[in-house]
Parts: sequence; structure tokens; C-alpha cells
Amino acid sequence: MYAIPSIETEKTQSIIHQVNPHIQIKDLNVYVEDQHILKNINLEIPNNCITSIIGPSGCGKTTLLKTLNRLLDDSTEVKVTGSVLVNGEDIYGPDAEVTHIRKKMGLLSQKPFPLPMSIFDNIAYGPKIHGNRDKKSLQAIVERQLKNVGLWEEVKDRLDSSASKLSIGQQQRLCLARGLAVEPEIILGDESTSALDPISTQVIENLLIQLKQDYTIVLVTHILRQARRVSDYILFLYNGEVVEFGRSEDILLNPQNEITQQYVKGFIS
Amino acid sequence: MSNINRRLRKERIAKILMQASGIIITGSLFFIIGTILYKGLPYLSLDMITKTPQGGFYIGKEGGILNAILGSLYLAGLSTFLATLIGIPICLYLNIYSKKGSRISRFSKLVFDVLFGIPSIVYGAIAFSIMVWLGVRASLIGGVITITLLTIPIVVRTIDELIQTIPTDLNHVTTSLGATRWESAKVLLTYIKPGLFTAILLAFGRAIGDVAGVLLTTGFSDNIPVYLDEPTATLPLAIFFQLSSPIPEVQGRAYASALILTFIILFIVICTQYLASRQKKHKV
Amino acid sequence: MKKKAKNLLPVNYRLIKDLVIKNLSGVLLGICLLVIIAIVIGLSIKSEPLISTESLWNILSSSVWSPMKGNFGFLPFIMGTVWVTLISLVIAVPLCLAASVYLVEYAGNRLRNFVLPLVNVLAAIPPVLYGVWGVLFVVPLIGNYIAPLFGISTTGYSVFSGGIVLAVMIFPIMVSIMVEVLQTIPKELRSVSLSLGATKLETIQQVVLKKARPGIMAAIVLAVSRAFGETIAVLMVCGNIPKIPQSIFDAGYPLPALIANNFGEMMSIPLYDSALMFAALLLFIIILGFNLISRGILKRMEAKNI
Repeated sequence: MYAIPSIETEKTQSIIHQVNPHIQIKDLNVYVEDQHILKNINLEIPNNCITSIIGPSGCGKTTLLKTLNRLLDDSTEVKVTGSVLVNGEDIYGPDAEVTHIRKKMGLLSQKPFPLPMSIFDNIAYGPKIHGNRDKKSLQAIVERQLKNVGLWEEVKDRLDSSASKLSIGQQQRLCLARGLAVEPEIILGDESTSALDPISTQVIENLLIQLKQDYTIVLVTHILRQARRVSDYILFLYNGEVVEFGRSEDILLNPQNEITQQYVKGFIS
Repeated sequence: MSNINRRLRKERIAKILMQASGIIITGSLFFIIGTILYKGLPYLSLDMITKTPQGGFYIGKEGGILNAILGSLYLAGLSTFLATLIGIPICLYLNIYSKKGSRISRFSKLVFDVLFGIPSIVYGAIAFSIMVWLGVRASLIGGVITITLLTIPIVVRTIDELIQTIPTDLNHVTTSLGATRWESAKVLLTYIKPGLFTAILLAFGRAIGDVAGVLLTTGFSDNIPVYLDEPTATLPLAIFFQLSSPIPEVQGRAYASALILTFIILFIVICTQYLASRQKKHKV
Repeated sequence: MKKKAKNLLPVNYRLIKDLVIKNLSGVLLGICLLVIIAIVIGLSIKSEPLISTESLWNILSSSVWSPMKGNFGFLPFIMGTVWVTLISLVIAVPLCLAASVYLVEYAGNRLRNFVLPLVNVLAAIPPVLYGVWGVLFVVPLIGNYIAPLFGISTTGYSVFSGGIVLAVMIFPIMVSIMVEVLQTIPKELRSVSLSLGATKLETIQQVVLKKARPGIMAAIVLAVSRAFGETIAVLMVCGNIPKIPQSIFDAGYPLPALIANNFGEMMSIPLYDSALMFAALLLFIIILGFNLISRGILKRMEAKNI
């Protein structure tokens, strides 16, 4: 028998309350073309921590991530109900301005997608869009963010060459730097290392662990070991419902729910 | 976020401009058809489609355009038939008998792309020169040959694209059952049957609407052709020649011809869309 | 007898049939490939008399066209074609680009599935009907309303009319290729830009269109090659006067119209048929070039995407 999810979340919420919730999700439901993808999600994601969303494929992990920065808006036939509060402000509220919300959240996608421009312009793109036209300050931003992701030494001599000439691992770090350049508060990672080799994966993981001092990080991953390596909190999602949420040790070592147990042990994937 | 309002305003304006462009483009279709309906409908009568023109070409006020309707159907029908007959085996050769991506198949596809792009007036000019050289007068057969050449690339390209969408597994299944390549080709043909008709209809539509190719090769006649070596009227030519006539009745025949041609084309388009949806279902 | 043979050696019979079909279709293919060679050779042989009397440069750059005196200057026709094509591009490119972007980026599935078939219908309309529309609507519009606005009196049969008609004719090919190209741009690339806080328009301008630029160029080049070869519709509205047009309200005489109008009647004048064949050759080479260019661009884009 497995416990009713809502009871579980109530239990876990008490743990989180000691920390500052950065993102609060209340009664979130997402429908895509009449399919109920996310069911009644209630969740508080803590500040300056890495929270991993795990679960079998098709359980709604990526959808949940995309509702956080309203990327689902552009798909047709998507209906979202409930609210997502970031710093207490509802991003699905009537006054919410979508570009402003997205600026607050850096997205690191599955595969690196460098914009079709130079390395420099890739990072300067965000600040430029938001009205920064000062060459000096843009240069400073580019340098700072590239150093932030440890790419500066590798590319400082070829900032004007096309970003697509970098290796995949370098591209992913560039994408991370690009996201950081608009000064977000939250980093969303959507299986961000699945296209990378083990070494690049390690580099990215270490970067994320460093970055959590300044950012709240939400990762979607299907690799349990990765969740174990990086996360402070783990959310287990099954069939669009929150099954269990808590500190990563608790979830991985001592899961309360039967389905979580089976997933963690590898019986379902 | 001081600049956000300006940015969003810009987006709204751009969106309106884009919508306007879309409306102009789709609207032009209705506009063209509307113009032809408006001019052509008053002249459409039973006589128009059951009689040949009386009283002489370009000036005769009586009669209809049966000669052009039948001429067009003969011409387009024959050349589409020939083009299909030649085009399908070529597609099979390119996709089944020769290896995929081999030099011959890549080169041939390039050639058919080029042939597809050649304007029909060039085909017409060459065919005309050859006919002069052979001493053949402008006639139905001349038009049929020209239009066949014009439509083969259409047939080949359309069917070829269709075959590309078929999973290679299908071919593997049949060949592994011990079928010869011809037998697996037959399976393939049944598989793409709705699409095959689409290709044929497309070719027919192009054939029946072409002017530049038949202008020099087919001639024009007020009579319904009986033999292949007689000059033949076609609808597009009837429009082209009669539109500039000073006599309103003759001009009216041009409008009526335009209307009938429009009907034929719309009919073909509707059929192709229907078949395309059938082919899609087939795939799933 | 035959049936018995089939029963005895079923495999052989099937293999023979296979072989016969293979060779037959191979021969058909060969013949079709020969057609293009025949076209090139035929056109070259036929235009040889003209080229041998005068230098190629003179033929292309002279603006005097008087066949009776043996003057065959092609410049008026080349310029006529260029004018009409340019006008049509100026009209069609912005409209088609804007409409395609709207269809791919903003419109819902339902609108897209409604509009794209209509564009296909537009593609199926024969040139002569465009011509009829041009004569009945565009020419009077320009002659009676637009030209007087600029204080010019004209019949309306002008390169401007030709350009408008041609623009509408190349709408379908441009829209369908541009839509296809825009659809190949990965969705994630848009997400990246959007999640940096860019608006949709900024994403389109700075990311999507930039990435799609080669494909859009290919669409334009292909449309140009279509425009160059278009004969009847343009001929019907252009005025056909062998002079270099000086303004958009002047009549022009595009190359294909030259061939169509004069081919039947040229036999008595020396070199005339050679000159017209040369026009056809010119047309063929230009269009071949444009086709190969756009094909090359699209091929390269495809290769990059994989």
C-alpha cells in the first residue's frame, strides 16, 4: 500500500519550514491536450539548495520544470491552474510579466544550444536584450561569467569565434554562463548532463554545487547517482503526482513510500 | 524593467504587421478567384460548354468553348498518362534497383530538380524547333510530347519524396521473405497508392494549366481534334487569345474559359488534399 | 506450355521478370537524363549563328533591338526581366517572411492548418489565370489610380503590374519553403532565448531568423528562378516594348515574353530564330544557376542539422 501523496507532502513540508522557501507551488495542475500531466502539486522549494526532481520518464518532471518559468505558455493546448509563487509573487498571476519572470530563472537545457552567434555575443545577448548597451560593462559581464564557469582561460583568445565550434562540454558551460549573465535567482536544469561525457558531467555538477551559495537550483534528472551526488532535497514524481519529497538522504536511504522504494532500488525506472 | 513596455509595444506592432501580411497573402487567393467568378459567371451557359466557337476565330460571336475544354482534357490526360507511365518506373529504378545514395541516383535526382525548374517556354521553344526540323506542324501530338516532358519531373519528384517517407524496414520485410525487387516494388506501390494519385493529379493540374509550352507546339483550332496530328485548342490558350479581342462576346468566352479552368483546378486541389489526408492516415 | 515452365522453375521466371523490369526502367531513366543534355546541345547549336556574328558581350550589352536590320541587343529584355523580378521580390519577400514567421511562431495549429492548404491552392492556379487577374484588376488599378497619383499617365501595362502579378505568383513557393525552414529550427533554441527574458519578437529577430537565414535565402533564390522563367502572366500585363524601362510605370519586355511572342513568326528574318534560341539558352543558364545555388544552400542546412 502506498500512502496518499498529500499526507506525505504535509509531513515533508514541516522539514522544509525551517529553511526559506524560494518557490512555493500551490495546487498546481497542468493539462496538455486533455491529458492531466501534473496533478495537484503542492511544494516548497528551499533557498540556496539543490533540489532534484526524479521519477520515471513521462512522469511530468520536465513539465514541472517548464511551468516554473512559464515556458509552457507558448505551446498550444496547455492549461495551467493553481499558482507558483517566487519570493511570494505569483508568476501565474494577472500582473505577472513573463519576460521578467524568465529573466529570474536561468535554464540549462538537455543539450547545449548555443545561439547562432559568437561566444561573446552568446553571453552578452541577455544583458543586451535587457537594455545594457555599454561595451565596457558587457565585456566585464562576459569575463566574469566565463570565469564563473571556468571557461575563461579556454576561450579568452577566441571570444569572436562562433560558439558552435566549442566542444559539447564547453558549450554546456557556455550556456550556463549565458544564463547567469542575466542575473537570475534560480537555475533550472533539465537533464543538463545527459548529452555530456563523464568528465564534462563532473565539471557541471561541481559548478552547480558551487553555485548554490548564490542561487536556488532545481534539477531534473533520471540518474539516481547524480541526484545523490549533488542534491540537498529530492522530489519523487510518479504519474504526475508528488509521491515523496524530502532531504536527499532520507529519500534515497529511507524512503517511506513503496513506489519510491521500488524506484530507488531500481525495480521501476 | 523600464524598457519592457517599449519592447512589448514593439512586439504588438510587429504582430499586427505579420497578421496583415498573412491576410494579404491568403486574401490574394480569394481575390483572384473572386475576380474570375465575377467576370466569368455571367458568360457561363449551357451553350458555352456544349458548342464550339462559330463564325471564325477571334471575331466569331456565336458558340462556346467545347473545343478548348475537350482539347485541354485530351492534352492533359494523354500527357499525364505518358508521364506517369514513364515516371513511375524511373522512381522505382532510383529507389529500388539502384542503391540509395549511389552516384546515379543522386545525379538523376539533381537532373530532375533542374528539369523541374526549367520554364515551360524553354521546353516549348525546343520542341517547336524540333518540330520545324522534322517538318511536323503544330498539333495535339506536339503539345502532348512537350507537356509530357514538362510533367515527368513533377511525377518523379513527388513520388520520390513519397517513397523517401516510407520506412526502409518495409523493404527489408518483403525482401527477407524472398521477394524479388519487382515484387517488393509492387508492395511499395500499394503502400503509397493515395500519394500516387496525388502525384498524377498534380501533374494533370500543371499540364492543363500550362500555356507557354503549348503556345508554340499545339496551335489553335475551332474544331474538336479527332486525330493526333491536328492543331488543338486548349483552355489556357483560349483565354490568352480571346482576352485581347475587341469583341465583348469573344472576351466573354475568355472569361468563361478562365472560370472553367478555375473549376477544374479547384476540383483537382480538393482531390489532392483529400488524398493527402488519406496517405497520412495510411502512414500511421 | 508456358504455365508448365513457370511451375517447374518459378524462381527463374520471377528473376527474369525482375531483370526485364529493371532494364526497362533503367532505359527510361537514361532517356530522361538525355533530355537535359539534348536541351543544352540543341540550344547551343541553335544560338551558335548569332554568337558567331557578334561578341557575347555586345549581344548582352547592346540596347538596340531591330531584327530587320540585324541588330540583336538583349539589354532591354534582360533589364525588363530584372525590373519585373526585383519589383516582385520587393513586394513578396517582406510579406512572405512576415506571414511565415507568424504562421510558425504565433499561430495555433488550427490557423496554420487552415492557411497552408490555401497557399497550396494559390500554387495550383495556372499562370494564365494570374494573367487574367492582372489584366482585369492590376493593370486598370495602376493605370487609373496609382500612376495618376504620381502625375504619370500610363495604360497600366507596365513592369509594376508585372511585378505585382509575379509577386502573388511566388507567394506560395516562398511561404511554403520559409515555413518549412522555420520549422526546422529547434524549439529549444527558442526556449533558451525566451528563458533569458527575451520577448518572442526579440527571439525571432535575433535567434530564429539568424539561424534560418540560409534557408530563407534559398527560398528567395528559388522564387527568383521561378520569377525569371514565368512567361504568360507577365507577358499579359507588361506592355512588351523592347526598351529599357526607366521607371516602374514604364512598359517592359521580359526575356520569356520575347520568346513566346515572336517564335512563330521569325522564319523569314535571318538570325532571328538564332536570337530567340539564344534567349532561351540565357534563360536556361540563369535558372540552372539559381536552382543549383538554392539547392546547395538547402543541402548544407540539412547536413548541419544532423
